[in-house]
Amino acid sequence: MSDGPVLILGARSDIGLAVAHRFAAAGHPIQLAARVAATLERDRTDIALRHDVAVTVHEFDALATESHAAFVDALPELPEVAVCAVGRLGEETESERDVTAAVLVMRSNYEGPASVMGELANRFESRGSGTLIGISSVAGERGRATNYVYGSAKAGFTAFLSGLRNRLAGKGVHVITVLPGFVATRMTAGMDLPQALTTSPAEVAQRIFAATRHRRDIVYVKPVWRLVMLGIRLIPESIFKKTSI
Amino acid sequence: MMLSGWGRFPRQACAVARPRDEDELRALVARGGAIARGNGRSYGDSAMSQANTVDMTAFDRMIAFDPQSGQLVVEAGVLLADVITSFLPRGWFPAVVPGTKHVTIGGMVAADVHGKNHHGEGSFGNFVDWLDVMGADGIVRRASRDAKPELFAWTIGSMGLGGVVLRVAFRLRPVETALVRQTTIPCPDLNAAIDSIEAHQCATYSVAWIDCLASGAALGRSLVMLGEHAARAELPVGDRHHALNVAARRQLPFPVDPPASLVNGLSVRAFNALYFRVHSRKAPTRLVDWDGFFFPLDAVRDWNRLYGRKGFAQFQCALPLAAARTGLRQLLEVISAAGSGSFLAVLKRFAPQESRFSFPMEGFTLALDFPATARSLALMSRLDDIVLAHGGRFYLAKDSRMTAATLAASDDRVVAFRRMRQESGNAAAFASAQSERLEL
Repeated sequence: MSDGPVLILGARSDIGLAVAHRFAAAGHPIQLAARVAATLERDRTDIALRHDVAVTVHEFDALATESHAAFVDALPELPEVAVCAVGRLGEETESERDVTAAVLVMRSNYEGPASVMGELANRFESRGSGTLIGISSVAGERGRATNYVYGSAKAGFTAFLSGLRNRLAGKGVHVITVLPGFVATRMTAGMDLPQALTTSPAEVAQRIFAATRHRRDIVYVKPVWRLVMLGIRLIPESIFKKTSI
Repeated sequence: MMLSGWGRFPRQACAVARPRDEDELRALVARGGAIARGNGRSYGDSAMSQANTVDMTAFDRMIAFDPQSGQLVVEAGVLLADVITSFLPRGWFPAVVPGTKHVTIGGMVAADVHGKNHHGEGSFGNFVDWLDVMGADGIVRRASRDAKPELFAWTIGSMGLGGVVLRVAFRLRPVETALVRQTTIPCPDLNAAIDSIEAHQCATYSVAWIDCLASGAALGRSLVMLGEHAARAELPVGDRHHALNVAARRQLPFPVDPPASLVNGLSVRAFNALYFRVHSRKAPTRLVDWDGFFFPLDAVRDWNRLYGRKGFAQFQCALPLAAARTGLRQLLEVISAAGSGSFLAVLKRFAPQESRFSFPMEGFTLALDFPATARSLALMSRLDDIVLAHGGRFYLAKDSRMTAATLAASDDRVVAFRRMRQESGNAAAFASAQSERLEL
């Protein structure tokens, strides 16, 4: 892998920032993209100072899908690696009560990410190189009462990444699906997460970096999640519907 | 959550919050009884407050670097290790480093840490240009030697009791390599060690490792270690292109909590004997990497577990120059006779220091650690008395068990420090388990 630029979509998220640091530490220039990009200035300076690499910030709104083509074209350079860390957990109870809130979760976790990854994919395909990394979720592997709105959108994103990988295999473009499981971040602050299943943004970043080097397809950040989700998928629906997992 | 310092003694249930920005921090300070905590590497109870411990690790951005002056500006939660791995490859090294790199820059300010170069260059505070400090009123003020010099002077070495340090501007020094030219001088006894240290005052770095269990004529048997940043020209030609390579060593884990301390008379005797033999055999002068020279203990991650579940207590005192020889001799005699040896005993020369509440004074400092047992704690009380009798004082970043009376007897600056805390409103706003124990 050369040391071309790495684009971080959703750069304000803890995982997005950690991934930026990890690639910057290896000498990659970084493109940070998020809404209200001016507030990324502190992180831009920090990453540039720590790792002695060029860092640029870019205004990006995942929900403004009509702007995505122009956003990608306006980047100073088409990145070598693009990481999509865009997401919104939402409050499941709010998503149940308020369809508008539910739609926002769906669009934030599926429509927006898939749209921008689609734009990048086409350009990577014509160039014949690049790595697309989507941070999806184990919540997308089976709908559960506690977070099915979020989960359904992540399921869509996972399927999109899988299809994209299939389409671009042999075209020089690699697609990685990352399934972090529980991560201790601002998004999950205050939640009571089981320690054995929980990881840190730095660990997620390290796994993503290694997966890029080794061209992995699907990454469970904590391997135990592969087993956990296998178990959850195997439960017959007639039983599953009565559980509260 | 249960919290302790690096010594794992004492342990207390503390309310801990991790603010993400100044507004969140301000709200915490307003509750009162707050103490900022960095990476938790002070040994005792300096960075814990049962009511209101403020975890500062989210304030971890580097802000600016000026390659003309070597001034680096960072948020207080940035780790020293990160400063080194970022800037050593570019030819810069912090002007003062303590014995571990796993400390935050804010913590280095709070304890006004010293390194192996104190005898020539003083403590970390000497290399701080300015600080941003949040006071009891929640207002952030920039303090330097010129602007708000009182706040600047009180904050450095105040153990977090003078406000929360948010940003620090401090100096790095230019270096040509990541290596240190280390010279090791075996000394048969305490007087020889002190003479050797005094004779090598011109060395940039100097420190002595003492074999605490040696007694009689060999009391104070030491290895004096001197160091200089190596110049590029000292390296073999083939190595010069990677002179600033900082590849950190692999850390060996210490994965278990032994039920009892592994540090006892026997193991310490064996360790010290081996240590002396190995070092006496090696070439007296050789090039060593920065990590091994400055941070030998960091090679074993979680080395604090060595002492078992009960943890350990550090003892570090400074003795004024005139009383140092007799005072050190008495301390070593008592320790040697007790036979409950300290794994590490480090002796170091201090230069004179002008500061409000920082630890160093002109003379010698001795650092020891002991398992946190009733026997060792009793021994340390005896050591306290010897230090007091010789006009010495104690390092709060290491302390976990001193009494308020001992502190007051050791340091007449305590009175002014308490007054400053009362008058500024800091006494209600900022408190640690240590400040309550020591009635600061």
